[in-house]
Amino acid sequence: MLNLVIPVALAMMTVAMALNLWRVVRGPDLPDRIIGLDTLYVNTIALLVLFGIGESNAVYFEAALLIAMMGFVGTVALCKYLLRGDVIE
Amino acid sequence: MLLEIVISLFILIGAAFALIGSIGLARLPDFYMRLHGPTKATTLGVGGLVIASFLYFSHGWEDVSLHEILVTLFLFITAPISASLASKAALHLKLRSLAPAPETIAKQEDAADPAGERQG
Repeated sequence: MLNLVIPVALAMMTVAMALNLWRVVRGPDLPDRIIGLDTLYVNTIALLVLFGIGESNAVYFEAALLIAMMGFVGTVALCKYLLRGDVIE
Repeated sequence: MLLEIVISLFILIGAAFALIGSIGLARLPDFYMRLHGPTKATTLGVGGLVIASFLYFSHGWEDVSLHEILVTLFLFITAPISASLASKAALHLKLRSLAPAPETIAKQEDAADPAGERQG
């Protein structure tokens, strides 16, 4: 059953990430692009977790945790730059 | 077998929520509406996938894996913060919302109902 479900879920996550990428490229304003990147990294975490289940390998969680931390720092830095014109004052 | 069905269900629910959040991000008309998709639906989708992975790697509660809880905790703490910062940045850049301003709504209601007899 998992053999059937995991490729379907991988396809759904791929479509979701393609939509996020479309928003990043298209996005009329800068906050749209930031939110697109933010959703892209959240979906990357989901994809890695899914891939870890598919491969029966728990190592992928380290990568997911790293992406979670780096992605959050990146989003905060971009938002701070838009808000204050500087990242670290 | 039952565990496998439950895991498959959680995977499908999680992936569906993540996909719905991303469709919302791509399709909704203005920024303040678009903010809703990723902050709620996508985070919930990752939550579903993480529950599935927790069930899969815990092997019937013999060795409970705690990485998933770390990912979930971090993601559920940081997602509202980044959404709040993004909306602050949008307000700072004075992005327009498609919703009418509050005064216009009051004027429209007065025009539609001049006697002021609003029916609740």
